[in-house]
Amino acid sequence: MSDIKITIDGKECTAKSGQTIVEAAKANGIYIPVLCHFDGLKPAGTCRICTVKVGGRFMAGCTTPVAEGMRIDNMTPEIEDMRKQIIEMLFVEGNHMCPVCEKSGNCELQALAYRYKMMVPRFPFLWPKREVVANTPKLYLDKNRCVQCLRCVREIITTDGKNVFAVKERGGKTTINMDEKLAAGLSDDMAMRAMDICPVGCIIRKEVGYKVPIGQRKFDSKPIGSEIEGR
Amino acid sequence: MSKPVVATTSLAGCFGCHMSLLDIDDRILQLIDLVEFHKSPVDDIKTFSKMCDIGIIEGGCCNSENVHVLQDFRKNCKILISLGECAIMGGLPAMRNGIPVKECLEEGYLDGPTVDENKKGARIIPNDEELPMILDKVYPCHEIVKVDYYIPGCPPRADLIWEALVALVTGNELKIPYEVLKFD
Ligand code: SF4
Ligand code: SF4
Ligand code: SF4
Ligand code: FES
Repeated sequence: MSDIKITIDGKECTAKSGQTIVEAAKANGIYIPVLCHFDGLKPAGTCRICTVKVGGRFMAGCTTPVAEGMRIDNMTPEIEDMRKQIIEMLFVEGNHMCPVCEKSGNCELQALAYRYKMMVPRFPFLWPKREVVANTPKLYLDKNRCVQCLRCVREIITTDGKNVFAVKERGGKTTINMDEKLAAGLSDDMAMRAMDICPVGCIIRKEVGYKVPIGQRKFDSKPIGSEIEGR
Repeated sequence: MSKPVVATTSLAGCFGCHMSLLDIDDRILQLIDLVEFHKSPVDDIKTFSKMCDIGIIEGGCCNSENVHVLQDFRKNCKILISLGECAIMGGLPAMRNGIPVKECLEEGYLDGPTVDENKKGARIIPNDEELPMILDKVYPCHEIVKVDYYIPGCPPRADLIWEALVALVTGNELKIPYEVLKFD
């Protein structure tokens, strides 16, 4: 892989060809927020929180590869406000009751809302009707909190290659379905992996809730992204 | 200059946000120096007799009375603040928003596990005209009246409430440390 030169918000950076904009930024200590993306998974590009501007055009930083001489805008007020709007939309499109959510404090959507200082969503709440599926022994699925990032679909696959989670419908009606039989057969580790890969509190491992006390959870004292910016 | 006048109320809330307001410890003495409390459960003044500078609302609107009180606050306060998740987005009471009101009332008064088994025939859904009407769903305050500021949390951290009030009263910019802005 050869080195190529790019700039991010005017800062000169060195990247490797084949890297995505998000990966290259990270390697240079610059945080571009992601939600559907997860290191090691094939990018799905569903959430657009990683939107950057290249040559005056908006692009998803997690799916776009870097190219020599690219000039990338990342933290401009315009882009930052678009990202904040996406976060706010996700809050009104689902039913997010953080005070009773087991993922609270470890949730990436909530952490993004903290980072972007969301005091209230600017959009009206939609109160959609969503299902809770709890009839498997290790996991329950609270679709009120799903952000359709498809991480679970991409990651949680049984040893014989079957998908435990799958997408149903498209567009505004998209929901995630869990194959109850396959979910029941998951190892403890894999069940925990399913909860951890879900950025929000949609997939919850039963019987281990509220293990980490308030104050010590992942995003209680450090903003999401600070682990990259601090390097 | 006379002290800014503050009014507070709890609508569809649990009083936890008011508790958090009192949780500012000895700064409560400074607060009393800084502002004058008017209509509020804190001093039990029940009606507005003058225009207030700041109205603090805990809880969203789940019934007709909540709506009237909130409108009264909007009329009598120059600045309105939604304090806590319930005021900002309905909070825990809004968990009923996906369930028809009829089903909620039946569960609460006729079929729920806490209903007295022995009084089967006598169970009724209260419907006295003195009682406020339950709304179709729980509404965040800003979907009923204009709200000027929001202080998130369940309850909001005492430090955040304190900093926000001081910033508002002194006209200084509010700096929010990362640790105090939380939704739980
Ligand atoms: S999934 Fe995240 S944002 Fe949604 S209720 Fe849970 S903690 Fe809050
Ligand atoms: S269940 Fe979780 S991981 Fe799966 S799509 Fe929904 S939010 Fe993403
Ligand atoms: S936000 Fe939390 S503490 Fe405040 S009234 Fe609602 S439930 Fe109670
Ligand atoms: S992180 Fe790039 S589209 Fe979701």
